[in-house]
Amino acid sequence: MNALAARRRHPAAIALLLMVALLVTGGLYAALAPEPAAAAAVTADQVSEGQALFRANCASCHGLNAEGNAPDPGQEEEGAYGPTLVGAGAASVHFQMETGRMPMAAPRPQAPRVNQVEFSDEQIEAIAAYVASLGPGPARPDEEWLDWEGQGDAGRGGTLYRSNCAMCHSSAAAGGALTRGKYAPTLEDVEPVHIYEAMLTGPQNMPVFNDANLSPEDKRDVIAYVKQMHATGNPGGLSLGNLGPSSEALFIWVFGLGIMIGTAVWVGQKGA
Amino acid sequence: MSDTTTARPADALRADDTPPEQTSSGTVRRVGGVTGWVDDRTGGAKGVNYLLRKVFPDHWSFMLGEIAMYSLIICLITGAFLTFWFVPSMGLITYDGSYVPMQGVLMSEAYASTLHISFDIKGGLLIRQMHHWAALMFIAAITVHMLRVFFTGAFRKPRELNWVIGTVLALLAIIEGFAGYSLPDDLLSGTGLRATQGFILTVPVVGSYIAFALFGGDFPGELIIPRLYAVHVLLLPAILVGLFIVHIVMVAVNKHTQYPGPGKTNDNVVGYRVMPVYAAKAGGFFFLVFGVTALLAAVAQINAVWVHGPYDPSAVTAGAQPDWYMWFSDGALRLLPGWLEFVVFGFTFSLNIALGSIVLLPLIYVVLGIYPFVERWVTGDTREHHLLDRPRNAPVRTGLGMAAITFYTILALACVNDIIAIKTGMSINDLTNTFRVSLFLLPPLVFWITKRIALSLQRRDRDTVLHGRETGIVIRTPDGRFYERHEPLDEYTRWKLVSFESHAPLELEPATDANGVARKGARKDRVRAALSRFYFTDRVEPVTPAELAAAHHHGEEHEQLEVPAVATEQRITSGQH
Amino acid sequence: MADANHPSDYDADAYEREVGTAVSLDTGDHVGDGGLPERFENPGLPAHQPRMADLDDGAAKRAERQVATLFGISVVGTLGFLVAYFAVPTDARMFFPGLGDVSTSNFLLGVTLALSLLGIGAGAIHWAKTLMPDVEEIELRHPMRSAPEDREKFGDIVLGGGETAQLTRRPLLKYSMGGALGLFAIPLLVQLVGSLGPFDQPFRRLATTFWDGHEVDGDGNPIFVRPRLMRDPQNTPVRPEEVPIGSVFHIQPEGLLDLESHILEEKAKASVVLMRLNPSDFVSEKARDWGYEGIVAYSKICTHVGCPVGLYEQHTHHLLCPCHQSTFDVTDDCKVIFGPAKRALPQLKITVDDEGYLVADQPFQEPVGPSFWERERL
Repeated sequence: MNALAARRRHPAAIALLLMVALLVTGGLYAALAPEPAAAAAVTADQVSEGQALFRANCASCHGLNAEGNAPDPGQEEEGAYGPTLVGAGAASVHFQMETGRMPMAAPRPQAPRVNQVEFSDEQIEAIAAYVASLGPGPARPDEEWLDWEGQGDAGRGGTLYRSNCAMCHSSAAAGGALTRGKYAPTLEDVEPVHIYEAMLTGPQNMPVFNDANLSPEDKRDVIAYVKQMHATGNPGGLSLGNLGPSSEALFIWVFGLGIMIGTAVWVGQKGA
Repeated sequence: MSDTTTARPADALRADDTPPEQTSSGTVRRVGGVTGWVDDRTGGAKGVNYLLRKVFPDHWSFMLGEIAMYSLIICLITGAFLTFWFVPSMGLITYDGSYVPMQGVLMSEAYASTLHISFDIKGGLLIRQMHHWAALMFIAAITVHMLRVFFTGAFRKPRELNWVIGTVLALLAIIEGFAGYSLPDDLLSGTGLRATQGFILTVPVVGSYIAFALFGGDFPGELIIPRLYAVHVLLLPAILVGLFIVHIVMVAVNKHTQYPGPGKTNDNVVGYRVMPVYAAKAGGFFFLVFGVTALLAAVAQINAVWVHGPYDPSAVTAGAQPDWYMWFSDGALRLLPGWLEFVVFGFTFSLNIALGSIVLLPLIYVVLGIYPFVERWVTGDTREHHLLDRPRNAPVRTGLGMAAITFYTILALACVNDIIAIKTGMSINDLTNTFRVSLFLLPPLVFWITKRIALSLQRRDRDTVLHGRETGIVIRTPDGRFYERHEPLDEYTRWKLVSFESHAPLELEPATDANGVARKGARKDRVRAALSRFYFTDRVEPVTPAELAAAHHHGEEHEQLEVPAVATEQRITSGQH
Repeated sequence: MADANHPSDYDADAYEREVGTAVSLDTGDHVGDGGLPERFENPGLPAHQPRMADLDDGAAKRAERQVATLFGISVVGTLGFLVAYFAVPTDARMFFPGLGDVSTSNFLLGVTLALSLLGIGAGAIHWAKTLMPDVEEIELRHPMRSAPEDREKFGDIVLGGGETAQLTRRPLLKYSMGGALGLFAIPLLVQLVGSLGPFDQPFRRLATTFWDGHEVDGDGNPIFVRPRLMRDPQNTPVRPEEVPIGSVFHIQPEGLLDLESHILEEKAKASVVLMRLNPSDFVSEKARDWGYEGIVAYSKICTHVGCPVGLYEQHTHHLLCPCHQSTFDVTDDCKVIFGPAKRALPQLKITVDDEGYLVADQPFQEPVGPSFWERERL
């Protein structure tokens, strides 16, 4: 006990404690995380359950009947407001809620991706059913269009990606900045279905890429390109965030030159 | 001999020849046949002896230039390797190599061959990455080497010439880097070329003609990559290596500078001889730089051209930056406001573009190149300087240097405003406006702060010399007072702190002579005197032996001492010690 | 600047030395406050401190072993490189902690090559620091300038050479040689610069795009054919009903993507972005008139330095250029609202053809892309 107390303040103790905490959290999450629910036909119960959930969690911004809540002119930054969800479709709800973007914690330029999703798949399904019942909107994609491994053409997808996506999400799909604090997020580790739904629905300031603009085959090819590119890993070593010359500059100035100067100091020192 | 029948007519011609001298010295025989053979034909031994006996001072900061030199050599070696596989052509082909996401894509041969080097040539990726890391290191090392030379005043006579050569080398190095960066013809570097064409178009009168001359017509055409290739592998390396040899020969001719210190004077060089110490140290350091470059290329990926895809002028990637050494120019383009473009008599002046590119790029190097001459004119100092300044002992120069670094850094950071915005969650518009304001506010502020710090350090040096080192031993006097005991400096340490010159500002004579006649050149002198005051009004004098003796005498009574009034200048707020 | 009547006017410095200047510079640098105060003496080099290896044979032996070990590491690295080169295929991947999925070949080749080089470097330097002589030596400097007699002699030789060559006596030789030397480079320059081209009014080519028409009439003027707007890269025409509010289409003129050659040159000028807004969002009348039911088409080539302005924010209706952050307001004729660009993006007037596809109603009415000198004169 004494020995333990004595080592409590050892720097390694904090690291060790953190490791243990992370492992325990991760393990619990893995054990308790819900299994993905099988897709089911929409029932009236689901819609009414969805309506109840919507009123509890979403209505403060999107309005009691999802009619939207426009800000007073000049007050855009202040209050809670949201667009109408009539016609937003099930795909929007799935994308926004499964990636944790909605409900938004606080008003800000853009809803960030949150890994801790507070709603179960059933609940999201119910809200999606409710929103879909309000008016026709994009539905979730068929499995066929997500089968990028089997049917996607990465080369073709790359050409589409560079024309339609790279200007915001960057050619490495690492994300990029937009105006006034908005940004295009990274596509690394994003589920194919969410990439698909994002293209289909145009969340936040992303433009809509409906099926007339990028056909379902096109979208599948784009997903295939992004996934294939990430599957290649970083053959050359550290990816440095895939940020191109900016992180390379930081690396050469801090590590490259740092090591060189350290070496030079050793060379210039008098021997002992 | 000549009358014997076996004599050949030609023998008479050789009658005066001296037979090869037979030396009995052991060392000559041991050095060996080949060197002797070469010396018989060149007489090089004397010159080589001189070089091998040369003395170089030892300091880590003198090796920054060596890092640049070795990085250049590494670039030459790895670059030669790359030429064996790289195809400098903009002809379009369909890719069928082993990188899956690009299969079936139409691309230029230049881009396809770069993918080939990266994925299909064994060790090709390593050589490519070494080449690129060494190129970044080359220019980074040039930069810090120049800073070292600047802040220590090593550019002063007789080295102004070599400073100018070095400045030209630095400019050529970034052009060489930009040309090489553009060769793979990927989406990112192609966007850089697109912007370059935009810069060139802003040249008054002949902009469109120059652009068509360089690109062989409309952008991008099919000629720019082959042309840049010739520039990158032949033209610029030849000039770089040639100038670089002059640069290094000048170092040997001028003999290396050294930091001030005991035993070091303006008339000697203290250090080690090339043979054997520097041969081992410099040679070994080359291998270390080479090895570190290999290590960087092994663990860190650079310029993953395969993710960018082939160049297409209708496509672009977010986070479009050039390599770091072009940031200041690209950053200036992001900061310059649009209203700088205007039309006069129907002709368009695009200063919003031209100022940040075709003006700024050469201007920075011109300013660098002429600095030694400006300082020489201001100081009127025509002597040779082989002892370096400690940066604190030239407060205004150090301040100017720091202000210049600040200016450059703000421009460079403006070039990564989008990356900073996304990594810190800030608004890119706010960032850009902040940079715009800082560009004007920060450099003067940094100048002032640096100068004050330098003067304070000088005063602390004075204080240390006068009162000695603080020992941490607190002594209580019999009457109950406490004081800390200070230990006097040994003469070697003291010499480092007192061996500098303090310049007084030049004095201006009246603009008219005794008869009221205007004196020639009075106006020029006024400017010069004003600059001289700017440089030298605030200054701290080194401690003299008399001052030290007075301090000792004083110090025996109580340890608290005042710094003697700083010479001539009242504006200095002397520290209350 | 100085009085032109003065004889030594051409050499201001010489003049100043002669008559004295305001600033007392005749002694060169002006150090201190007039007259050097008494200074400390340079104490000379401190006494040499011998190293461990100089005193202790055991330490020297140890240093020798360390150096040999470093050289040995280099040999191991070299052998390792050879093994890695022949044994590891280029497409092998491995997970390395901290680095991620990397190429096995690249990693092993790099690390072994680094060992091979670092071993030699570290060995040589350790040797120099521990065993090679470390007594500092002194070499004397001499002023850089040559001795006065050498400079004198140099002047004599150069001037004398000119004299003996009769250069000074025969000005015809001097001027004709000067002329010939001054001119000989011109043919080379003319060849290089003259052949770079094409120089037939390049600014006219900057001002025409594929939308003007690919076929030319008898006078060489392009024939405008109301080309359809084609999706890039799918190369399919667009119907207005396919374009929902909030979407963005990347467009090339009909026929461009079918070109056999010079596709990129045409794309660099003809690229267009197509967006649909709620017609009430427009503050400009022209946007409505030149668009079609809220669908508007603008040049995608930035008016700053020509990057593609592809970033469209569907709610703010801003187009952003990723290169230098010029921001254009689609609701207000794509005028610049932020960033370094000056001019609005040129708008392409569109309508629908008989089959209901979007077509260009006229070519661009001004040059697209970056500014150039003659731009406003065309």
